[in-house]
Amino acid sequence: MKRFIGFVRKEFYHIFRDKRSMFILFGMPIAQIMLFGFAITNEINNVKIAVLDKSKDTETQKIIQKISNSTYFDIEQELSSESQIEAVFKRGKVKAVLVFENDFIKQLQTEKNAKVQVITDATDPNIANTISNYVTAMLQNYMQDKNKINNQKHQIETQTQLFYNPELKSVFTFVPGVMTVILMLVSAMMTSISITREKEMGTMEVLLVSPIKPIQVIIGKVFPYIFLSIINAAVILLLGYFVFKMPIEGSLFLLAVESVLFIICALSLGILISTLSNSQQTAMMISLFGLMLPVILLSGFIFPISSMPLPLQIISNIIPAKWFIIIIKAIMLKGAGFSIIWKETLILVGMTLLFISVSIKKYKIRLE
Amino acid sequence: MNFDIAIVIAIEMNIKVQNISKSYNKIKAVDAVTFEVNSGELFGLIGPDGAGKTTIFRILTTLLMPDEGNATVAEYDVVADYKAIRSSVGYMPGKFSLYQDLTVEENLEFFATIFGTTLAENYALIADIYIQLEPFKDRRAGALSGGMKQKLALCCALIHAPKVLFLDEPTTGVDPVSRKEFWQMLKRLQLKGITILVSTPYMDEASLCDRIALIQKGKILKIDAPQVITANYEKLIYDIQSKNTHGLIHDLKNYSSHYSVYAFGEFIHYIDKNVDFKPEDLQQYLEEKNHSDIIIKKAETTIEDVFMDL
Repeated sequence: MKRFIGFVRKEFYHIFRDKRSMFILFGMPIAQIMLFGFAITNEINNVKIAVLDKSKDTETQKIIQKISNSTYFDIEQELSSESQIEAVFKRGKVKAVLVFENDFIKQLQTEKNAKVQVITDATDPNIANTISNYVTAMLQNYMQDKNKINNQKHQIETQTQLFYNPELKSVFTFVPGVMTVILMLVSAMMTSISITREKEMGTMEVLLVSPIKPIQVIIGKVFPYIFLSIINAAVILLLGYFVFKMPIEGSLFLLAVESVLFIICALSLGILISTLSNSQQTAMMISLFGLMLPVILLSGFIFPISSMPLPLQIISNIIPAKWFIIIIKAIMLKGAGFSIIWKETLILVGMTLLFISVSIKKYKIRLE
Repeated sequence: MNFDIAIVIAIEMNIKVQNISKSYNKIKAVDAVTFEVNSGELFGLIGPDGAGKTTIFRILTTLLMPDEGNATVAEYDVVADYKAIRSSVGYMPGKFSLYQDLTVEENLEFFATIFGTTLAENYALIADIYIQLEPFKDRRAGALSGGMKQKLALCCALIHAPKVLFLDEPTTGVDPVSRKEFWQMLKRLQLKGITILVSTPYMDEASLCDRIALIQKGKILKIDAPQVITANYEKLIYDIQSKNTHGLIHDLKNYSSHYSVYAFGEFIHYIDKNVDFKPEDLQQYLEEKNHSDIIIKKAETTIEDVFMDL
C-alpha cells in the first residue's frame, strides 16, 4: 500500500510539473466547452433580415416591431416588391425575408388564419433552419399572447411547420459531446502517453526490475487520471448548467456513476493502447486517430448517427462514446432512470471488461 | 547468561551464465556466452558498442529471455525465478533512467518506497555518494550534470541494499574526473560485500576490475584478471611520436614489416611482425620520410592493445 501511495504521488508530480499535461487537463475542457458553447453554435444573434409587408396594417406593424425588438434579428431593409428578394439575397447581408400576405389583418380576423412566408438563404442550411424556427416561434408566441388577452383563436401560419424545440438548442448536444471527448482524451490519451513515457525514458526497465508488480504500476498510473477526469466531468457539467443553462433532469448520482463507468472504460482503452505502442508519439497517434476522430465524427456528437450511411452506422456501435452520449443525453435532457439506459450501460461495462482483459493478456512483464 | 547465537546463512551471491544466446530478427546479439562472477567480485564486461553487453545485462536482470542456455543470479534462475531476482538486485540501465522531472530527493524517496524501504534505513550505504548530491537535493534530476546523474542513478540502484549490482555502462557520457570518482565508489561498495557486474566501452576502466570478459560481436573472447590478460600478451608494443601524426600513421602502415598501427592517446602504437625488430631501423625509415622529433619507446601493454589484436 505504501508502495502504491508512493507511486501515485510520483504520478501527480509528473502531471503537475508538465505544462502540456496541465493544459490538456484543465485548459482544454474549459476552452472546448466555451468554443462549442459560444462560437461554434447554431444559435443566432442579430441576424439581418428583410421584410416585405404587402399588407402594411396595424397587425403586421406590431409583429415587425416585435421581431426587430428581439436580439435575434435586425431588420435591415423593407422591401416593396417580390422582385427585390433575390437581389437582396445576392448581396449576402440579409439571411431571411419575411413576406406578409395581402390583407393580413383581414385574413386574421375573418379567416382566423393569416400567412407569413419565411424565405431563408439556405447556403448555410443550419442557420436557415434555425432562423425559420425562431421566426415561427416568435409569431406563435405573439399570437398566443394576443389570443389570451382577446380570448380568440386566431392563428398565423408560417411556411415552416416546425415548432420550437428545446432539444434543438445546440449547446444541449455540445455539452454531452464535449464531456465525452474530454473524458476520452484525458483518460485514454493521457494514460497511454504516461505509460509509454516510462518505456521511452527507460524508467520502465527500472520499474520492472523492482518488487513493484505490473498491476500496481498500471493502477498507480490510472488512479490520478480517474480522479482528475471526475473533476473534469464536474467542471463541464457545472459550466453547462450555470453558463449554458443545460438542464439536468435525471438523477445526479446516476449521472456520476455512468460518468465514472465511462472514465474507467476510456482508461482501460488507454492501457490497451500503451501495451500496443512503444513510444509516446505512437501512443498519441493511436489515441488521436484511433479514438478522437471516431469519437468526434461517429459518436453522434456532431453528425446524427441516423443520417450516416449504413456501414458507418454499424461501425458507430463499437464506439463506447456513442453509448455514453446516449446515456448522458437521456439522463440530462429526458430525466431517464436506470431502467431506460440499462442496455447502454451494460454495453459499456462489457466493453470495459473486454479492454481490461485484453490489456492484461498483452501486458509485458519483460521488455519484448 | 547470554546466548548469542549467530545464524549465518551463506547465500551465494554469484552470477552464472551458461551458453546464453539471444537473437533479434535473426541477428545474433549474444552468441553462446558463458561466464561466472564470484560472490563479492567486481567483474567487467568490456567491449565496444553493439557487442551485446546490454543484452546480457537485460537477460540477467530478467528483462529479456534467452533463446538458448540458462543463467542464475544469486542462485535464482533468470526465467523461472524472475520475481525473486527483481526484488533482490540493483540495476542501473545504460540510459539515464530516473525521472527527470522529479528532484534528486524525490527520485531517491520514490525508489526507496517501491523497494519497501526508506532513505534513512540504508543511508549508510549511499552516504559517501549522496553527500556529493546533497547540495542539489531540490534540483530536478534533468538539470544535473552527467556525472551527477550517474551518481544519483547509482544511489537509486543501491537504496534497497542489493547484494548483486548490475551497472550497464555507468560511465558513458561522464567526464574523466567523475569517472574516476565513480570507480572509487564501486571499489568501496565491493568492500561492503556487494557483487558487481559492470560493463564499459572504456578499456582504461578494465584494469580496475577484479576480472574482465572481453566481448565483441556477441562472443566472449577472453576472461581473466586484467593484469593476467596484459601480462600474457607476447608482442612488443612501441609508443611512437613525431610532429606530423597523420603522416606518421600513413608512413608506419607502409613500413614493410608492420603488424598493426593505431592511434593511442598522444602516441601511435606500433607492433612489428619480426621478433628481431630494431627501433633504429624504423627511426631511420621515418627520418627518410622527413619526420622530425621522432620518439620511439617501449609501451606498457594495456587491455586496449590486447583488444585490438583479438
